[in-house]
This record gives sequence, C-alpha cells and structure tokens, in this order.
Amino acid sequence: MDIRFWNQEIETLAQKDLRQLQLTRLRELIGYAMKTPFYHKRLKKAGISSPEDIQDLEDLQKIPFTVKDDLRQAFPKGLLAVDMEQVVRIHSSSGTTGIPTVIYYTAKDLDRWTDLLARGIVATGAGPADVFQNMMSYGLFTGGLGLHYGAERVGLTVIPVGGGNTQRQLQLMRDFKTSVLHITPSYLLHIHQRMPEFRISPADLNLKKAWMGAEPHSENTRLKLQELYGIDIYNSYGLSEMNGPGVAFECAYKKDLHVWEDGYIIEIIDPATGKVLPEGQEGEVVFTNLIRHAMPLLRYRTRDLAFLHPEPCPCGRTGRRMSRITGRTDDMMIINGVNVFPSQIEEILMSIPEVGNNYQIHLTRKEGLDRLAVKVEIYSKLFTGDLSQLDALKAKINDKLRASITINSRIELHEPGALPAFEGKAKRVVDERDKL
Amino acid sequence: MKIKQISVFLENRKGRLYEICSLLGEAGINIRALTIAETETFGVLRMVVDKPAQAAELFRKHHVTVNQTDVVAVEVPDTPGGLANVLKILSDQNVNVEYMYGFVKKFSEKALLVFRFDDPARAHQVLMAAGVTVIGEKDITGL
Amino acid sequence: MIWNEAIETMPLEDLKNLQSERLVKLVRYIYERCPVYKQKLDKAGVSPGDIQGIEDITKLPFTTKLDMRDHYPYGLFSRPQSDLVEIHVSSGTTGNPTLVGYTRDDLKLWGDVMARVLCCAGAKPGDFVQNAYGYGLFTGGLGFHYGALEMGLTIIPASSGQTKRQLKIMQDFKPRILACTPSYCLYMAEEAKELGLDPRQGSWKIGIFGAEPWSEPMRNEIEQAWDMLATDVYGLSEIIGPGVSQECTYKDGLHLFSDVFYPEIIDPDSGVPVPEGSNGELVITTLTKQAIPLLRYRTRDIVSMTSQPCRCGRTSPRTSKIKGRTDDMIIVRGINVFPSQIEHVLLGIEGIHPHYQLVIDRKAHKLDEVEIMVEVDEKIFSDEIKRMSALEQKIRKEIEAILSIGVSVKLVEPKTIQRSEGKAKRVVDKRSI
Repeated sequence: MDIRFWNQEIETLAQKDLRQLQLTRLRELIGYAMKTPFYHKRLKKAGISSPEDIQDLEDLQKIPFTVKDDLRQAFPKGLLAVDMEQVVRIHSSSGTTGIPTVIYYTAKDLDRWTDLLARGIVATGAGPADVFQNMMSYGLFTGGLGLHYGAERVGLTVIPVGGGNTQRQLQLMRDFKTSVLHITPSYLLHIHQRMPEFRISPADLNLKKAWMGAEPHSENTRLKLQELYGIDIYNSYGLSEMNGPGVAFECAYKKDLHVWEDGYIIEIIDPATGKVLPEGQEGEVVFTNLIRHAMPLLRYRTRDLAFLHPEPCPCGRTGRRMSRITGRTDDMMIINGVNVFPSQIEEILMSIPEVGNNYQIHLTRKEGLDRLAVKVEIYSKLFTGDLSQLDALKAKINDKLRASITINSRIELHEPGALPAFEGKAKRVVDERDKL
Repeated sequence: MKIKQISVFLENRKGRLYEICSLLGEAGINIRALTIAETETFGVLRMVVDKPAQAAELFRKHHVTVNQTDVVAVEVPDTPGGLANVLKILSDQNVNVEYMYGFVKKFSEKALLVFRFDDPARAHQVLMAAGVTVIGEKDITGL
Repeated sequence: MIWNEAIETMPLEDLKNLQSERLVKLVRYIYERCPVYKQKLDKAGVSPGDIQGIEDITKLPFTTKLDMRDHYPYGLFSRPQSDLVEIHVSSGTTGNPTLVGYTRDDLKLWGDVMARVLCCAGAKPGDFVQNAYGYGLFTGGLGFHYGALEMGLTIIPASSGQTKRQLKIMQDFKPRILACTPSYCLYMAEEAKELGLDPRQGSWKIGIFGAEPWSEPMRNEIEQAWDMLATDVYGLSEIIGPGVSQECTYKDGLHLFSDVFYPEIIDPDSGVPVPEGSNGELVITTLTKQAIPLLRYRTRDIVSMTSQPCRCGRTSPRTSKIKGRTDDMIIVRGINVFPSQIEHVLLGIEGIHPHYQLVIDRKAHKLDEVEIMVEVDEKIFSDEIKRMSALEQKIRKEIEAILSIGVSVKLVEPKTIQRSEGKAKRVVDKRSI
C-alpha cells in the first residue's frame, strides 16, 4: 500500500500530543468566541469568561451546543469574531425568503482549510500529475470551491466544470484524460448509464479515482461504482458550518473517514439527551471548528448520525475515523446532493393561489439520478379547461420552487381530492428511491 | 376496418384555422369530424374528411405540414351509458385509447365517434368480437 | 487607488522598453517549447533572432481561433499538462471546444490584472464584492474571484442566476461592488421593483460589467436605475479571461494592460495596422503568460484605440467599447453563440434537417432571450401532441447542453422563416443594445 502524507508530522501525531494540540487550539478559539456577541453571552452563562476556564478537553462539555437556528438568530454579525475588513470570503445558505445563515472566513482561515483539503487529496494518492474534474457546483455552495483550492495547492490540474451537462463532462474526461473526479454517487451512476448514448465506455477514459461526497450512500454503492468504472472511490465528508468539504476523508485503505482532529473536535452524542456516547456507539455528530477564527462554532450539532472507530488505522494517521453517515435526526432530504426540507416546498406551494391545500413530494431514481415530483391539487375555482393555462401553471410552480430549492421538479396536477388530505398524519414525502 | 385521419400542424396564430378550413372548402372536401389539441405554442388539428387522399395532397401543395394516421370510427348507442359500455369493452381487453372525438353530424340513431388507438388493428378485432359496429372508409365517403 | 502603480503609470518610453524586452523573451520561449508555433514561425520565415523589439511584432504571423481548434487540446501549449493547475474550456464554433490553461504563475498574473480591474473601477480595501458572473468553466466567475482575493476584498461567490437570491444577498450583506453582465444588472432592477424594492436605495454603488457588448444609453439606464457607477470590463478566455482592459472612474475608454497584453488594431481584411483612432480588429499578444502564450491573437472584436494620457494617471492605451465583430458570433448573456452550433445540433437529431432561425430579444430590460424557430416538416410531424412536445424538449435540451444557457424552441409551419435569395436568415437580433 502506497501511503502518502501532506503533513506527516501532524497527521501521525501521537494521540496524547494531538489532544494537547486540540486543547491549545480550543483555548485560542474560546478567545475568539468571547469576542462575538452570541458566544460572549452564552459562554458567560455557562460560567466561562476566558480561555483559562478551559482546563482540559473534558471542560468542553460545559459549553452548550450550537444549532442551526442559533446561526439564524445570530445573523448577520452575532457570530463574527474579527473586523469585517479581515473577512475575505462569505458563503451563505441564502434562500429567497427567511433569515439566511452565513459563514465568514479570513484569509488565514481559508489557508488552514485548504491545507486540510490538501491532506485529504494526498491521502487518496492523488498528486500533481493528476487531472481533476470537479463536478461539485461552484459558487455559494462550498463543495466546488473547497476542493478547487485544495487541488490547486497540491498542484493537480483542475477543470472547474461544476455539475450537470453529462455530454460535456464526458467530452472533457476523454479529451483531457481526467484522472480524478469529485462527484456525488448518484451523478457518478448517472454518467455511467448515459455513456452508451455517447459511445464512450470507462475503458476509453483515464479515470483512476473519485472523491465522493455530499450524499449518503452505502458501501455496496461504492463497490458497485468502483467495479463499473474500474477505479478507486474515496468518501469525503464536510458541511459548510465546518468550512465545507474535507472535514473527514478516507485514506488509501478506504476503511471510513479520518477526521482531521487538529482542525476539528468530534463528539458523538445521544441526540435525545445530549450525553456524549462512548466510542463505537452511533449517535449525532457534533463538531467544534478549531481552524476558523472569523466565525467560531463550538459544539455544532450536525444532525448527521454516525459512529467513531476506536481502533487505529494501518495507514498510521492518528486522527480517528468516523463511519459513513447512517441517517439524519431531522426530515431533511438530500436530492442529488442538494439539501431540501419539505417545509421549503410547502411554503412555496401555499403561496400560489391556483394550488389547493394538498400536496405530495415524490422521490424516485431514474438513470441514477434523483427525480423530484411534486404533486399538487388544482384549486377548482381557477380551472378554466384551457390546456395551455395548465402548462403555464406547471411552469410557474416549477420556477418558484427552483428559486427556493435550486433544483427542478416535475409538477403533476391532480384533481381536487385526489391526494391524501392535509388533516391527520398525511404522508407528505414518498421516497421510492431504491438503494443505488 | 381502419379509416384515415388527416392531422395538420398549426401555429397558434390568428386566422390560421380559417385558412386551413377554407382550403378544404374551396376544394369541395367535407369535414366529417374534427378536434384540436393545443399547447402553449402550437396545435394539432385532427380530422376525418370525405376525401382524405385529396385533402393530404392539397395541404402539401400549400406547404401545410400534414400527416395521415389510422383511426377507428365506431358507432355508439346514443343513450346514457352508451359510450361507457364501449369503453368498458376496450378497457377489459387492455386496449389503450390515445384520444377520441365525435363526428360533426349524426347519420343514424347512433352517435359516431373517432378513436385513436396505439394498436388500431387489435382494437378493431376487440370491437368486432364484442359486436360493436365499426364504420369503414367507404361508409365515410358515402355519408 | 491604482493597484500596480509602478507599472500602470509607467512613462510610455519605459513601457515600450519593457514590452520589447518581454516580446524578445516570449518569442524565444515559444519557439523553444511549442513545436506547433515553431513550425508556424519557420513557415513564416521568422526566427527568434529577427525579433529585437516591440516594433518587430508585425513580422510575426497571426494566431486565430481556428489555430486553437486545429491544435486542440494541447498543441498550442508551451508547457506540459503537469505544469497546469487550472483549465478553462468554452464551446467552440462547432466540434472542438476552445481550451485555455494556467500555470501557478499564470493564475498570479490573472489575480494581478483582476485586482487592477477592481481598483480601476474604484474598489477600496474593505469592500464587499458580489460576484454574479458564473463560476466554473466560464472564466468570468473565477477571474473576479481571484482578483478580489488578490486585493483582499470580501468576495461573495454568488455565481450567476437566481435573481431573487441575488437581491436578498445584496440586502443581507450590503456589498458596494457588483460584477455581472450589464443586461443582467438591468434585469435585476426590474425584478427588484417587482418585489417592491427601490433599486436606488440598493447597496451596489460600483458595477463592473462585461462579457457582452453594451452601449452608452444602457450605461445611463443602469446608472439611473441603481444610482451607481457602471464601468466596462473586457477580456476573453484565450488571452486570460476578464482582465484585459477596464474603464477607470472617468469612463473614457478601457485601459488595456499593455505591459502584459500587447495590443494592435488592424484592418481585418489586409491585416495591416490602422491609424490611431480608426476602427479595426483588436489583436493581442500575451507578453508574460506561460502555459499558452499567444502571438498576435485575433480577437475578432472591432474597436478603436488611443494612447493619449488619461486624467486618472494610467499610461496604458485605451480602447473604445466593442463596436462590432468580424464574424457571425453573437453574445447572449455573456455566452458566445455561433449559428453553426445550432445547425450542428439539429443535424444530430435523427431525421432533422430543417430550416431554423435564432431570434434574440431583450424585452423591456429583461434578460436576453433566445428562441429557436424550427420548421416542422412531414418527417417529424406526428398527430400526437406528446410526441411533438417531446421533440421540442429534445431540441431544447440538446442546444442548452451545448450553449449552457436556457433557450426556447418554437415549432413553426414550413416556409414561415424568412428567406433572402433562397437562403434562410439564420439570426434575427432584435435587441437594442
């Protein structure tokens, strides 16, 4: 096995030293956190008024959890710990309505984050000779720009394609002898299914590996995709609250994901009681971001379920490994890598007068890709019998939904009364996506 | 026993339908049945005429996009439930109706309907077997 | 503020010496490293020794888009793929796309010229930039991203589209600088009004607009609508992306960064330089690029140029806005479109060899809309609406896949597309720019 490191000293630091480093960085972080209105108040209340109040890592548990809603409450600057002049990048989950969440980065924050991404890239064996086609979307979503910067630091040749347009993706892969992809599992499968249409087979390509993220998937999915393409596939995990992708990455052994523990403190808790669980038990993943000073986040609840492997990895990295994501603690749907809450869809539908009260969200999978169908009842008083009017209504609903959830949906119009009624426990989401 | 349906591609623009119909009128071709299906930008006019071959040629001469398809004309009792009975026969035999429409004028006590099936030959068989009267090309011309 | 003051305000004589020095080095560099160029120079009877200074540049042969296409992907590169850290690709006229690549130093150069662009438009340290150019293979997004980073500004990588969200971002973060296409900026003003917002109260005070041609009246409209300073940026991916030239706050022509991109204005037919101030085709030589330096690249854009000094103190020559093209390329929402691309798609759809026409319209400040009219003949006509709709969809999807912008397809009756001398008119541009 070819084991490579980007920063061998830190990546193989003895557990004891790693914990000490975490403590030093945590105390530094508390210093920044105290500068934010949000944490100043919250930490005071918890009896912490300076970094000295954190004596050891156990003291972390004195700090209350931070949740997504706290980010909204703190908008715009409640969690900002530095002068705005020092902020060089903003990523935001801005929708079109409601209060957005925002992530701030200083130039140094970006530099530290990029370095962790470089570690992940090198851990999978990629290097300067590789051509990297980045199929995660660029812009406010951190998936695209994150790996872009990491790969440039390592010296790969980056093709910043973003998502979609399968024909062009294939043409680029063939023409530029792409060797590495960053992609969601569903899109990787989709591309394979459409290859015959363009008379290309995996054998015509120079693909060697793929980094797969943004969507939960099973080990069987990985194995199947590895076989279909004849490549090595590595899991990556991240979320914008923890900078973006690259919080944890698989190494050459592909036995779950090394958390860069000098950058992030990971805890697994019982989502009901908030108690920290012993290593090996499944629970909600909680992170403290040690490398971002512009906007500190302490004990952030991800809503993702996973567990930690207690035993060390043969690659020599001492950062513990977290399992793939096994579930969620809320009703968030992940559709082709995009996070969507049923409430977002409901809000839009209820703002359209031609739409009745009942609706259903229907998820299926075709050619490897998730398909979202939204079934709505038309409001009888506005029905004129004009076919083109119905077409226009469908387009209008889709446009409005896309403005909010960023993805296209197929709109099905139904007669009033055809969908399960709103009262009671009507099933709003029907998920018929078979396992990949 | 299939008959020919003439379909015409139409843009949604004022006066176009009139132009098409007057072409037929001037040539002495009689429309027996017709329907229009429309989308936001275009429509398809479908009709059964007494001289389909002539009609198609006429349209071609005038650069109108035209198509001929096989449809089945069926006699349906003009009583409540008459159509439902015919549809039941088809449904029981898993025959799929793409669309249907009625004749302009009644020629007997029964109503006359045009059916477009995905498999007209089989539909014809099923209807005949159930004793439903199917009208042929000659009958249309002679009507 | 001038970003690179030493260079940007350099006395003309020194600038000329710098250009000479760089050109001599460049020709030698290309000759040694790029076999395709070596052959091209040999064929033209030019050897590196013949180039002693910038005035010798006319001895060099031109480079065209066709050269790029014929030597796709790496033929015109002077560096191996392993030296590249980024690749950008745009769709070509037909067939092969146009490829450009960057070494680490090329990215630094890009960051530098884009920081010059931002400063030239009036950006100050501490400013927020809302970057609404598309991120990805299109160079607009990442170009501005690198410039803002180089200058230490705060970048919001909004990318293109999603207008309501753009406006929400403006309200949420109050960025002073907006970067996008000019037509999109006007479109957003309309959208804002529809949402009950007053654009003049918006936070955007400086706009850096490019990727498509626009006019003085349009500038006035934008400035009135948003109460902002609207400036013009120019560039093309073959040269570097955005960052070739930019208007300063006096808005009197675009400062072309001629220490790195050497400009000539030529008669497109004869290839001979035109007198200063006359219209002609802009030709650019990249003096310091490493990965894919180009000699006398013909941009096909028609401009005029002056070397008179500007009140802002920059000494670089200034070009006019783009006055036209030497080919049939049209630019829609920042995307280059060639009618031949549409033809290619239609021919690729089985059984279709129809007459078609592109209609480009910009309805009352709305975004550019492309409608492709396709004549329906008997081969593709069906009595079933769903088949016709599916055909319409298929054409639309395939064209969108090639162009990367949304289009609408309209099926029309035969002989409805106007023809002149028997040939159908392929493009009807109804925009008043």
